[in-house]
Amino acid sequence: MNFEIPKETNTGKVLEVTIGATSEHGGTRTHTVEIGGSTALPFHFFEGHHPHPPRVAMEVFDKKPEKYPALLLDYFGDVIDHPGDMAKKCVQEYGAEMISIRLDGTHPEKGNRSADEAAEVVRQVLDSVGVPIIITGHSHYEKINEVMKKVCEVTAGENCLISYVEKDNYKTIAAACLAYGHTIVAQTPIDVNLAKQLNILLTEMNFPREKMVMDPLTGALGYGLEYSYSIMERIRIDALAGDSMMTFPMLVNPGYESFRVKETRAPEKDYPDWGDLSLRGAYWEIGTAMSLLAAGADLLILYHPHTVATVKSKIEEMFEAKEGE
Amino acid sequence: MALSGLDIFKLLPKTNCGDCGVPTCMAFAMKLAQKKAELSECPHASDEAKAALGAASEPPIRLIKIGRKNPLEVGNETVMFRHEKTFFHQPGIGIQLRISEGEERLREKIEDFEGYSVERVGEELKPDLFLITQDSQDKSLFLKILELVKQSSRKAVILDSPDEDARKAGVELLKDERTAIFLRQEATQTDLELAKTHDCPVVLTAAAYDELASRVEKAKQAGVQDLILNLETTNTGLRLQHNTILRRSALKKNFKPFGYPLFTQIFSENAYDALASATASLCKYDSIIVLPEYDKALLYALLTLRQNIYTDPQKPIQVDAKVYPIGEPTPESPVFVTTNFSLTYFIVSGEIENSGISAHLVVCDTEGQSVLTAWAAGKFVGETIAKFIKEAGLEQQVKTRKIVIPGFVSQISGDLEENLPGWEVIVGCQEASDIPSFVKNVQLT
Repeated sequence: MNFEIPKETNTGKVLEVTIGATSEHGGTRTHTVEIGGSTALPFHFFEGHHPHPPRVAMEVFDKKPEKYPALLLDYFGDVIDHPGDMAKKCVQEYGAEMISIRLDGTHPEKGNRSADEAAEVVRQVLDSVGVPIIITGHSHYEKINEVMKKVCEVTAGENCLISYVEKDNYKTIAAACLAYGHTIVAQTPIDVNLAKQLNILLTEMNFPREKMVMDPLTGALGYGLEYSYSIMERIRIDALAGDSMMTFPMLVNPGYESFRVKETRAPEKDYPDWGDLSLRGAYWEIGTAMSLLAAGADLLILYHPHTVATVKSKIEEMFEAKEGE
Repeated sequence: MALSGLDIFKLLPKTNCGDCGVPTCMAFAMKLAQKKAELSECPHASDEAKAALGAASEPPIRLIKIGRKNPLEVGNETVMFRHEKTFFHQPGIGIQLRISEGEERLREKIEDFEGYSVERVGEELKPDLFLITQDSQDKSLFLKILELVKQSSRKAVILDSPDEDARKAGVELLKDERTAIFLRQEATQTDLELAKTHDCPVVLTAAAYDELASRVEKAKQAGVQDLILNLETTNTGLRLQHNTILRRSALKKNFKPFGYPLFTQIFSENAYDALASATASLCKYDSIIVLPEYDKALLYALLTLRQNIYTDPQKPIQVDAKVYPIGEPTPESPVFVTTNFSLTYFIVSGEIENSGISAHLVVCDTEGQSVLTAWAAGKFVGETIAKFIKEAGLEQQVKTRKIVIPGFVSQISGDLEENLPGWEVIVGCQEASDIPSFVKNVQLT
């Protein structure tokens, strides 16, 4: 029996994006992280190349989130109010490859902290760890524009990943990224056409294509995951088919989305069929993260130390298959 | 070789009777050629047509049934990506029962697994099967456990023993159950005879593609038609590639030996790692996934994932249309209204919960459409919402007489007030994520 492996070769390639900058390039990071570069669907080593494995980031906060899950306090209770220390813990103890700083405390209804305060938090984190940094904002346009402008300025040259701009609010932040040498995240609400449209808008501003990342918006397991999953598959298929406006690496937020839902909060006594909460929290995030990896995620921001360990070792294991075929 | 629509048309009765549900024979022929219909839908097909179309009308991936009453059905998939159409048959999720665990422990496992079910979005989610493995010399305990499962469970069974005699005794013991036989080695003639005699599906294992294909041919020649394929690896990356290659060969290359559902056994002892492997398997084409242990929380996550991935992308999941309590509402709590598209429901209820208030959430029947789509289709307008509220008895349940509608349908507020005398309609925010800030800034009761 002569079986021939049916290979599909693609004309397109996911762009390679570098995040962070070392002193050589005007930053202070100890190393940079590269994502993207795939010429085939996720983990299809038999018919293409994946020069860079997907990367795992963890998230710290400018202000302890009001609804921060008790489950995670077991790991971060001592550092949750100290973003610099928390970042250090994430990198040194839990193996985070990048750190996201979520600036929700600047939202007018969640603390209304000033742009200067946000910049100070970012400074602390940059001083505490050497990994490249993601800065994650919110949807209060007026405020986040002010905050991001400031943060971009004080981190000039660091090539942070600035997350995120939207269709109705991209100009100010994109201009700041351009001026101070940062990489940008284009976020769209689970829709192929809107994603493409925003990418076009950014390139029309002459935003460099190799400094753009897409966030197609993550739905947690049981909360719209299948929409994110299929949109990401479609985006990646289009990218590999050569659509230059879809060819950017993809960022997902399994941590933030999973730890908002009931399944990572409700105790087993209230929902006996749901099983042990201490396990369920990481399970929920692992289910979300692993399926989005299969759909094409290049960068994942995770919360639970067990998820980070599991997903990292799984990516490593899957990349061993690179040799196997 | 697949037949063209025209080739098939020549074999049909050409009467355009419409009994197959398609107006003309030509149209039916085209559907057959695209594998979107089966010849059995034509009640007048001649034997000659059936024979000629046999191969062409066969689904590219065979449907396999394990069990007799309410069998587990897997396979018959037609696409590589769920957005192309849908994935049709949810994979069977099972656990392994190892004889070496001892009778007492296994009794417990069987009972727990058998009893497990969880409700999600109005659907009852349950795992499906036992893989019963004789991993010791104790053949009698193997048979005892099979007997126990037969007595106490209605789930599908895959039996797994290195001992040919034990396999035979097991199949005979479960002969009315249409159990599946797991062969980790090359099938012997006795095994294939056994499977053929008792009409049992067989899980074939191999280490490489060529070996797997020749084992499939051998089984088919022996008259065993119902096969499940296990191309061995413990590496998740290889698993994903194997499964892609097998599925693609069956669907795109019409490579018959691989036109069967796929099987994975997860060996990891670390539960987090096991779930990560199972997730990749479920997304990428495994039709049978066997877990090492019973773990409620893990099953809940995996069954939810299965529900998500196997949802028809063209038919959104609906939640029951009713008034949902969010938090612990009193008759004075605010009232919100939205549609019964599951995603809408989840996001809106989640954000109301996030806002920290208790409320009544009125979920109208819009046949699973989202707010704007339902509004455009006339299913989410003043009249229908008012009718639903009255029928649901909300006016008796609550004292509040203000109702918050989604910001995207502000235009229905006048219409709704007219249809709902005594109520004041408040136009809410457009995005659910703004609900927490909306409830802080607007007087809702």
